[in-house]
Amino acid sequence: MSVTAASGQLESASAQAGRPAGFGHVMLAEWTKIRSVRSTVWSLIIFIIATLGLTALFTWLTVHQLQNGHGPRRGADLLADPVSFILGTGLGLGQLAICVLGALTMTTEYSTGVIRASLLAVPKRIPVLAAKCVVFAALIFVIGEIVSFCSFFIGMALVRPLATVSLSQPGVTRAIIGAGLYLTVLGLFALAIGSLVRHSAGAISIVIGLVLVVPPLLGLLDSYSWGAHIHAWFPTVAGGYITTDHQQAGQLLTPWQGFAVFCGWTVLLLAAGSYLLKRRDA
Amino acid sequence: MIEVTDLSKRFGDKVAVDRLSFQVQPGRVTGFLGPNGAGKSTTMRLILGLDHPNGGSATINGKRYAELAAPLRTVGALLEAKSVHSSRSARNHLLFLAQTQGLPPSRVDEMLDLVGLRDVANRRAGGFSLGMGQRLGVAAALLGDPQVLLLDEPVNGLDPEGVLWIRNLMKGLASQGKTVLVSSHLMNEMAVTADHLIVIGRGRLIVAAATEDVIARGSGQAVRVRTPEPDRLTDLIVAEGGKAIPAANGNGNGVEPGDHAPVLTVTGIPAPRIGELAAYASIVLHELTPQLATLEDAFLELTADSLEFGHLNPEPAGQSTEGNAR
Repeated sequence: MSVTAASGQLESASAQAGRPAGFGHVMLAEWTKIRSVRSTVWSLIIFIIATLGLTALFTWLTVHQLQNGHGPRRGADLLADPVSFILGTGLGLGQLAICVLGALTMTTEYSTGVIRASLLAVPKRIPVLAAKCVVFAALIFVIGEIVSFCSFFIGMALVRPLATVSLSQPGVTRAIIGAGLYLTVLGLFALAIGSLVRHSAGAISIVIGLVLVVPPLLGLLDSYSWGAHIHAWFPTVAGGYITTDHQQAGQLLTPWQGFAVFCGWTVLLLAAGSYLLKRRDA
Repeated sequence: MIEVTDLSKRFGDKVAVDRLSFQVQPGRVTGFLGPNGAGKSTTMRLILGLDHPNGGSATINGKRYAELAAPLRTVGALLEAKSVHSSRSARNHLLFLAQTQGLPPSRVDEMLDLVGLRDVANRRAGGFSLGMGQRLGVAAALLGDPQVLLLDEPVNGLDPEGVLWIRNLMKGLASQGKTVLVSSHLMNEMAVTADHLIVIGRGRLIVAAATEDVIARGSGQAVRVRTPEPDRLTDLIVAEGGKAIPAANGNGNGVEPGDHAPVLTVTGIPAPRIGELAAYASIVLHELTPQLATLEDAFLELTADSLEFGHLNPEPAGQSTEGNAR
């Protein structure tokens, strides 16, 4: 096996790219990383199937029951706020796949040891996390928007006998686009927690706890003024406001304010993650 | 060239690297030797910027690793710990590394050919054998055609063919004028591979010298003597100022089967002089073999005071609780 031959062939390549590798190169590498592991593909497939399937199932069941004269509590929700009902049912569960994917995108670097290869290639470290965020966010944004719109159209078709919803109603288009934005930031939020915790199981548990467990508990505090503020400013609660077409009574933040709060939390966690990535031994 | 100056690293209150200084010159293979836990891997991780030192510095061609613009084009590293995602293919692992450095994808295929992984390039790296994983690591290290190579225990777990392959690879790279630092706890492997040795123990430098010099620094030359009259010969040797101690009458090299004559290990007198003494006194010798000190002897002697687990270095009772860690 000749080493000489191989190094000779590289000389041309080295000569033409004598400049330092840029952020674009790191992003390209992160794209290669994210598309070349099974967990990405599986998480996204589960996300799409769960979201669209559950939206269709819940909406159809509820409409069916209402038509047959049963009036379950869900039915009232549907009639009062059909857009939130449609966007809330499937995405409420489907978002967990995004949480898992976001956390794994960072934690598998540690569990597999790839982080060493990554940091040897990009010893300034921060560009690795930054590029990962950009590539991951772009991927989730595109898929998130497609799934949000598909969810809405599926739901719209199913509720037609009972209620009329359309993109032209006030706040509806914003809510659907907002659902994709919420998923994108939620993924980054999970990724940031992954960068802090560095353990897959730990990071996933924390994120799912923050998405599913804590918000209902915080709802119990709503009768106190301070409690309502904590509830409204909690990242996963504030972020969710943008996915409804109108503000609920007593909602302390507007949809965009809520989204800004969620982004703020995420930036804060990413900043902490960057700091630790730079400081910790890999 | 790699330059390590006063490098120190603590993990909690355990000192892993202790004011270590050495240089690694280009154009030769430099062996980095030390018992397990001596701090070899940590030193390499400090050179590569993966760990942050508590003091001192490590530079590669005059720059800290983090200051290198396209590091993989300057330094190639094969770390002992695995660094490949088990569900990613060998090709995609190399591809993303190449992309970070702006290297063309064709370079990935060149490397896969070089290490003989072309046929399994699209298989999940998780299914690779130890040897295949090691070859993938070598491919990653050579991807950017670096001038400096750091290899941490590269032959660990390899079959003889793989060992030979790595050995020839390192020698080939050094002969091209590259700087090659290779760590190992296998002294005999280093004896045939390395031109120069850096020996450390407990994070401290023990010796940095040419391999022959390190061997020569080991035990004084001993001579193995087999004779039916050990007592008379011993008297003569002692009178001459040497030392003769009975050795196990075992399987010496080239011993006639059935020869039960005792064996002595003589130090302090060269073999020709022992032969003369025996001839003058008409003592029959069955064997007279100079024992060349091996790198292993030299290494054990050099590191005797610095073994992490003192099983070769009985310490005063009551002080050593380390012995049972073996």
